[in-house]
Amino acid sequence: MQYFDTLIVLLQSTVRVSVPLILAALAGLYSERSGIFDIGLEGKMLGAAFGGGAIAALTGSAWLGMGAAVLVAVALALVHAFASITQRGNQIVSGVAINFIAAGATVILGQAWFRQGGRTPPLGGEARFRTIELPFADALRDIPILGPIYANLLSGHYVLTYFAFALVPFTWWVLFRTRFGLRLRAVGENPGAVDTAGISVAWLRYRAVICCGILTGVAGAYLSLAMTAGFVKGMTAGKGFIALAALIFAKWKPVNVMFACLLFGFLDAAAIRMQGNPLPIIGQVPSQFMQALPYVLTVVLLAGFIGKAIPPKAGGVPYTKER
Amino acid sequence: MSAPYAKLPAWVDFGLIPLINLIVAFLVAGLVVLLVGENPIRAAGLLVEGAFGYGEGIGFTLYYATNFIFTGLAVAIAFHCGLFNIGGEGQAYVGGLGVALPCLWFDTILPWYLTFPLVILGSMFFGALWALIPGYLQAKRGSHVVITTIMFNFIASSLMVYLLVDVLKPRGSMSPETRTFEEGGQLPRLDWLLEIFGLNIGGAPFNLSFLLALVASFVVWLIVWRTRLGYEIRTRGFSPSAARYAGMKEARIIIVTMMLSGALAGMMAINPIMGEQYRMQLDFVGGAGFVGIAVALMGRSHPAGIIPAAILFGMLYQGGAEISFEMPQISRDMIVIIQGLVILFAGAMEHMFRPAIASFFIAFGGRSGVPAAPASE
Amino acid sequence: MRSGRGRSYMSDIAIELKGIDKSFGLVQANRDINLVVRKGTIHGIIGENGAGKSTLMSILYGFYQADNGAIFVDNNEVEISGPSVAIAKGIGMVHQHFMLVENFSVLENIMLGAEEGQILNAGIAKVRAELLRLEAEYGLEVDADAIIEDLPVGIQQRVEILKALYRGAEILILDEPTGVLTPAEADHLFRILDQLKSQGKTIILITHKLREIMAITDEVSVMRRGEMVATRKTAETSVEELAELMVGRRVLLQVDKGVANPGKVRLEVENLTVRDSRGVAMVKNVSLKVREGEILGIAGVAGNGQSELLQAIAGIRKAEKGRVLLNGEPIGVAGEADPAALRRRGLAHVPEDRHHMGLVLKFEENENAILGYHDDPKYLKGMFLDIDAIRADAAEKCRQYDIRPPDVRLKTANFSGGNQQKIVLAREMERDPDVILVGQPTRGVDVGAIEFIHKRIIEMRDAGKAVLLVSVELDEIRALSDRVLVMFDGRIVGERSPETDEGALGLLMAGVSETEEAVQ
Repeated sequence: MQYFDTLIVLLQSTVRVSVPLILAALAGLYSERSGIFDIGLEGKMLGAAFGGGAIAALTGSAWLGMGAAVLVAVALALVHAFASITQRGNQIVSGVAINFIAAGATVILGQAWFRQGGRTPPLGGEARFRTIELPFADALRDIPILGPIYANLLSGHYVLTYFAFALVPFTWWVLFRTRFGLRLRAVGENPGAVDTAGISVAWLRYRAVICCGILTGVAGAYLSLAMTAGFVKGMTAGKGFIALAALIFAKWKPVNVMFACLLFGFLDAAAIRMQGNPLPIIGQVPSQFMQALPYVLTVVLLAGFIGKAIPPKAGGVPYTKER
Repeated sequence: MSAPYAKLPAWVDFGLIPLINLIVAFLVAGLVVLLVGENPIRAAGLLVEGAFGYGEGIGFTLYYATNFIFTGLAVAIAFHCGLFNIGGEGQAYVGGLGVALPCLWFDTILPWYLTFPLVILGSMFFGALWALIPGYLQAKRGSHVVITTIMFNFIASSLMVYLLVDVLKPRGSMSPETRTFEEGGQLPRLDWLLEIFGLNIGGAPFNLSFLLALVASFVVWLIVWRTRLGYEIRTRGFSPSAARYAGMKEARIIIVTMMLSGALAGMMAINPIMGEQYRMQLDFVGGAGFVGIAVALMGRSHPAGIIPAAILFGMLYQGGAEISFEMPQISRDMIVIIQGLVILFAGAMEHMFRPAIASFFIAFGGRSGVPAAPASE
Repeated sequence: MRSGRGRSYMSDIAIELKGIDKSFGLVQANRDINLVVRKGTIHGIIGENGAGKSTLMSILYGFYQADNGAIFVDNNEVEISGPSVAIAKGIGMVHQHFMLVENFSVLENIMLGAEEGQILNAGIAKVRAELLRLEAEYGLEVDADAIIEDLPVGIQQRVEILKALYRGAEILILDEPTGVLTPAEADHLFRILDQLKSQGKTIILITHKLREIMAITDEVSVMRRGEMVATRKTAETSVEELAELMVGRRVLLQVDKGVANPGKVRLEVENLTVRDSRGVAMVKNVSLKVREGEILGIAGVAGNGQSELLQAIAGIRKAEKGRVLLNGEPIGVAGEADPAALRRRGLAHVPEDRHHMGLVLKFEENENAILGYHDDPKYLKGMFLDIDAIRADAAEKCRQYDIRPPDVRLKTANFSGGNQQKIVLAREMERDPDVILVGQPTRGVDVGAIEFIHKRIIEMRDAGKAVLLVSVELDEIRALSDRVLVMFDGRIVGERSPETDEGALGLLMAGVSETEEAVQ
């Protein structure tokens, strides 16, 4: 029973840390499936977290904060789109640039506006998202096994958490059951086919990148308005890159993305949990090993030793009409 | 048969356009300064004053520049081979082992000038090692080096935290760092070099690794433009199909280039560890690996461009620190923004102003500077 | 819609192009093109590679915009600003390189761009129904749920046709449709096209194969070097006339050349088969011998396997089976061949693609002058390049080959096409090789340089080298070669003497062979 409780706690924190990963990885999925590689997820998330934290602090409304977060991330996404679609620039270089601009600007503006060492003021009340208790959560808590699962694992999360998980099937549906999704997948594989079908390649990719912006915006909002009460300097701490790793690990498929993010989230949660707690048989596992595991797994996958991660065929290549 | 690409004189391509890109980056940075309610012109004045106005400032500027020369060279040599090594940060971090271990072993036995060669080799070895796997995977299995080097940055970070916290930290110490090296693990400062110009180095950690960076720049130039290997690297970078036609071993070139790149990044660790702190600390790289990307892009991957670009960023780092005393709104993070803007305008959007400049030259310049007729296809 | 059947529809005009001009940079791809395509006919457009056929059709499909001229569809002038306009006007196109998403199903590919609303369900149902109808009407059978990359090329092409028909195409453009097909698949395609014609569709068929024109078209227009030179009723013309129109009566190149003095065999190719990256066999069981002191020319329309043959011999491309012997020693064609080692063994290679293989355009002239020979000790001092020696050597070659400007530090991209080619020739010829492979030596080269280059190739022969020459310029082949092999569809379809009549060679190149023969 004690192990069970530990497990529930562990899974609960897994869900907590997975949410921004899922949102950011799905964001990347929209962009990369359309053929625009995005290593700037981290920067967009960070910018959004700051925008959200700042506006929520000023207006006292978490929802307005989230709106601001989305706006900031979309603005950064448009910079990436302009550089890589309109200017046909190098998508990697552009992504790197956005990460730096966001990392620097959030601190500078944060310090200038709030003078709290790069933080935004702590949020409370309406300015922060609150957790939602599902019906009867308290009443059912004492039922063995199922009770804790319902009350502690399924209930008691932020609205954005439920949103993130709902987004997984939704993204699948968009991608495979709508016109936009069909065209999005097509343009990432063979933009020539899209162009000759009379559809604008550039506008389609712009829309995909804007989707990416919106979702990284929500991911950022989760960080500063839900998970933490306010923006803290550098608070994404590499989550954008873990999300990118998860996206690759999931082979650019929505449902796989969720499982990859949960796996990476679990490793993260377990690493924290295991600090100072030796495992049976294996003994003490350094927490850094657990932290590095998502990246190691992704590299192993990329090397083609466990399946093969094949990126969208037209990814990273600016579209020019053939001659 | 690509779209017609107006030919411009070389000085426009290699001088004017990069300069315009740079100016635009700084103008946008100026807007950010305005946004936080400060005067950008005054900020620029403070920046230059803080970086070059006095001996200690110059010492610090050159100290930072040393880091960026190494990482800039690392990114540049990979660029020449058509590879984008984002892993300079991790390679430099792991390269720190190659600096710290010889110092820890020999600092009490050997004088610094005997430890130094070991440290150079060690840092190169560990840096190269960290770039070897991404290079190998790119060459043999086609795994994209951009993604693998990003992953390796994070793996390096975890590895080094583990080593510093659990292995290298002296017993009883609380902070995750090695012990301080004795004299045999300390590089001499270059105070005499500044004194020639009548400057006082003060407390600046400007040290011998700067000269090593200059030597490395020369060696990189030599390798890239004067050796058979460099010839192969450049051929592969410009045209993989020409490299195959010429019978070059593509996989070997990729792996060797990545190792050279990693070795250069690894050498960066010498400057802070053996030149300033005399110990290895957590996060001693501090983003220098990424600055290298901006430096290489700005310096057009040539040592003669990289050194001034590195000094420019050294100036930003040092001057930026100075500004924050006078303008508390502007911390050193301003540099990170500028770095991003430089990468954006000099890298991702490098051709943005080209059409306008080209039509300007066609309208006013007529036919200028290009001796031969363009290729007829 | 079907009322137009019978004789009268011949007078209805489906498409009319007037005065179409199109340039890409300095290259004029189409010059003052006029074309009339009648409703319910199959109209062939024939011409050599680079004659401007594909460009013209891409303009009609809205993929490119013409610089000048007007397009009429059903006698109304239209401005086709993009493929969507062309589709709306009932024009469909099957591109030479299929515009299919390879990991999509047939259904998804057909639907793309014609989805019937934001959500796919309605569209899917409609496509399925429509596919059944098209299958019944034209015999175009295809599994709607199959993934494109699993399908043979012939079926992939059928999907392209279905795509166009699904969008209601009345006018169907096919660009070199048989290039990737087996003969059986090609026959099937022609039956489909006939069927479509009988249903009142108009078909424009772009090809360089005379046999196809004769077999299936009602009318044929001939393009040459960007211009429309003639239109004929197929029934009233002959392959000979078309071949001549296609090739044109060019000024015969005069090359002073003595009698060849062939010696022993230097290069021997035995039963070589080469596949391209998609797995299509491009070279099929080819055998040939080149002796010292002779030039063996390989004639053929581009894309019939010459490039792959040349690359396999040079050790750049892996062959599936067969042998290549250089001076009697095998070179290891199965992927283990080392181009650098082959050079040392006396094989020189002037590649067809000067811009991507033969030269690095961003290099200085002198750097390109050592490409492939950069490991020669005479250019090296230990691990370092001997810059002085390299530049002196390059300057010497500039003199010998009259490379202009004679500036070895100039970026290669700044040289004209002819001078670029001379850089390659100088590099490859001045090494005293035994065997020299020459691909398209005068492509994109100015007239003055052509003569010079031809002279050098003859000199090589007279110096006792074995020369294998590949060119799509028939007159070049005839002027230079001592023997001519004609390659078609990956095979050597005949050996002729260079004095053979141009028309007869043209027929062979177009796959029309009066007597089936294969050179062993």
